[in-house]
Amino acid sequence: MTHNNFWLKKIEISVSEAEKRTGRNAMNMQETYTAYLIETRSVEHTDGQSVLTDSLWRRYSEFELLRNYLLVYYPHIVVPPLPEKRAEFVWHKLSADNMDPDFVERRRIGLENFLLRIASHPILCRDKIFYLFLTQEGNWKETVNETGFQLKADSRLKALNATFRVKNPDKRFTDLKHYSDELQSVISHLLRVRARVADRLYGVYKVHGNYGRVFSEWSAIEKEMGDGLQSAGHHMDVYASSIDDILEDEEHYADQLKEYLFYAEALRAVCRKHELMQYDLEIAAQDLASKKQQCEELATGTVRTFSLKGMTTKLFGQETPEQREARIKVLEEQINEGEQQLKSKNLEGREFVKNAWADIERFKEQKNRDLKEALISYAVMQISMCKKGIQVWTNAKECFSKM
Amino acid sequence: MGTLGGAGLAAAAAGRARTLGMEGERRASQARSSGLPAGGADGESPGGGTPFPGSSGSSALLQAEVLDLDEDEDDLEVFSKDASLMDMNSFSPMMPTSPLSMINQIKFEDEPDLKDLFITVDEPESHVTTIETFITYRIITKTSRGEFDSSEFEVRRRYQDFLWLKGKLEEAHPTLIIPPLPEKFMVKGMVERFNDDFIETRRKALHKFLNRIADHPTLTFNEDFKIFLTAQAWELSSHKKQGPGLLSRMGQTVRAVASSMRGVKNRPEEFMEMNNFIELFSQKINLIDKISQRIYKEEREYFDEMKEYGPIHILWSASEEDLVDILKDVASCIDRCCKATEKRMSGLAEALLPVVHEYVLYSEMLMGVMRRRDQIQAELDSKVEALTYKKADADLLPEEIGKLEDKVECANNALKADWERWKQNMQNDIKLAFTDMAEENIHYYEQCLATWESFLTSQTNLHLEEASEDKP
Repeated sequence: MTHNNFWLKKIEISVSEAEKRTGRNAMNMQETYTAYLIETRSVEHTDGQSVLTDSLWRRYSEFELLRNYLLVYYPHIVVPPLPEKRAEFVWHKLSADNMDPDFVERRRIGLENFLLRIASHPILCRDKIFYLFLTQEGNWKETVNETGFQLKADSRLKALNATFRVKNPDKRFTDLKHYSDELQSVISHLLRVRARVADRLYGVYKVHGNYGRVFSEWSAIEKEMGDGLQSAGHHMDVYASSIDDILEDEEHYADQLKEYLFYAEALRAVCRKHELMQYDLEIAAQDLASKKQQCEELATGTVRTFSLKGMTTKLFGQETPEQREARIKVLEEQINEGEQQLKSKNLEGREFVKNAWADIERFKEQKNRDLKEALISYAVMQISMCKKGIQVWTNAKECFSKM
Repeated sequence: MGTLGGAGLAAAAAGRARTLGMEGERRASQARSSGLPAGGADGESPGGGTPFPGSSGSSALLQAEVLDLDEDEDDLEVFSKDASLMDMNSFSPMMPTSPLSMINQIKFEDEPDLKDLFITVDEPESHVTTIETFITYRIITKTSRGEFDSSEFEVRRRYQDFLWLKGKLEEAHPTLIIPPLPEKFMVKGMVERFNDDFIETRRKALHKFLNRIADHPTLTFNEDFKIFLTAQAWELSSHKKQGPGLLSRMGQTVRAVASSMRGVKNRPEEFMEMNNFIELFSQKINLIDKISQRIYKEEREYFDEMKEYGPIHILWSASEEDLVDILKDVASCIDRCCKATEKRMSGLAEALLPVVHEYVLYSEMLMGVMRRRDQIQAELDSKVEALTYKKADADLLPEEIGKLEDKVECANNALKADWERWKQNMQNDIKLAFTDMAEENIHYYEQCLATWESFLTSQTNLHLEEASEDKP
């Protein structure tokens, strides 16, 4: 449930169903995949009633396409991450199979969350492609590709290069990068340990289930103790099976943390863009400076910098004053252009930093809110687990004392 | 509890038992002077008597004496120090000339606890000799019983000595349910024979063993038991050397195994039932032992993982300025739950595991008791068979058979009575152990609940504070 500025009314988005499908892929081979039903409802302000306005099916790869598009067109925005493609941080009972119904269910929730995050973002929610994603089933892929966003994407190599060579990135972005690295590292660690703890907890609960069976068999030979044993055994069974729901709830908590694990990468993407732009700027400035110097040297006749022209001049003799004039003129033009470009790059860079930082502040507040909420919900889960435990064991104790 | 008349009853009141070997050969009883203060008759607790002036209490076996118990012995209701024996059947009377190895210990209504023998096992100590290394345990006995020379004894015993005692008790009372000893070796094959946990577990089990004997209405008066508790090391050694040698004992065992098979055929109905129960019980208690050990293991592994879980939140708080407090709070909650888990684990190890394991050993013991009963019956059956087929010495047989019939009846009755007592104890012990386990779990969850609830409350309060701060 969010408000969206593209539509004048309030809208609700939900990913309500998941369905297994088979089809043919690009290489004309049979494949199985899951499709998700996205339903959009508009909510009348006056009576709060919602009307279904759009409903279509999308698969995971289309979500990915949408996100990649957003990354290119909104490099200054911390773009919400998708739920994981493959199950990670599994503990033994959880399957790593993408077709596993529990995994599909959790992914459905994750995809809904993704769409809601975009819809509630002040800038992203206005994007046309996003709107079409929700409303235009057929042809949407072609429409996205027609934007040519893939071409606009910065090459990975270029980005890497920039990261290593940039000289004066904004300190805030450097710090942000460190922060995102730490966030990723600590959340990964936490999720790993949590998975192990879940595994062990599962073991503790499940072994108690064996008591149920043995007590029941034992009660057959006991006259006085029989009833007590039998009913105590039943409670042991209840205890053992209670862990399934408990851990399923915890899995949702883990998913909340995972979202922020993946957000770390989104943060880094923004930092990379800044580094790229800054690097570009630095190169352009360097270029301009060297051209200016060349010009000066040509004008004054001193050769301080190495240039091919200079070399050839030395080797093949001085050039004529006319030639020199021509060259100076070219250089002056280039310098002019360069200065314009530098100016606009500078402007662009500053705009980027301003906008990016605004979104980062927004993100920070969202993160603090969400993580606090997640931690509190974890406490709530623990409380519920403890209450269940107290109840079961109190019942069992009563049975034991009646033996 | 009615008048106690006669030397026999007074003897009973003083809490002395007659222990009678089933073979009728060895008898161990104590000489008594007739000057016994009639503590029983006055309604005082038998435990209040002063030590016998006349008894020698030495290591040597005292002269056996047959004590005639009153014929209306069955007037006596049997009470015991142990509340669990309240609904025990009274013992069926035996023929006066072959008194039972059953004690009649009288409990007076205004004195609920008549325990007069207190034993502790502690202070394990390692001894190294050129041949071997072994552990001895200190055994302190405090008693107010007349037949003991003094009221306090301190001795040191090793596991071998306990084995000896058990063997003697089994010999003397083949169809009584002798408490089990802890195993000789650790099942899972420890590299070090004497690690601290093993020693502590064994010490506790040995303590239990001796106290169970002390609580047993018959075994508590066994002479070898007394010697075990009181004799000096050299006295014990020389005492041990008396009695049937190893070879003769081995011979007995071989005969026992061979003949017990025959006894199974003519086993009376009630003992068939008993045997069935024992078999099933043994299966179930073994399973429960495995399950309980497994739970302990899983809880331990859970605890090990939990120990790492809290600190990660602290680590995280280092990079999050706005979440420092909440993360630290979560970390401390997790740590507290961790400690509660540790407590639960150790509670399990104290209350449940040793009890269940003892009954695993008991179930093995019971099978041995059944076998011995069957063997005694087999002896009778073989003689009866001999008579039927007019084999050698037909004229001597009827008398022998008479004796054996007595013996069988004795054995059966002893077992029946002890069986009821054992079952009652078992039910109470199991009930207590599992109730304790449930209690530990309840306590654990209550602690964790309190921890998280207080966290939640503080978060809510914080939130309210912040909300009111935001308002201008």
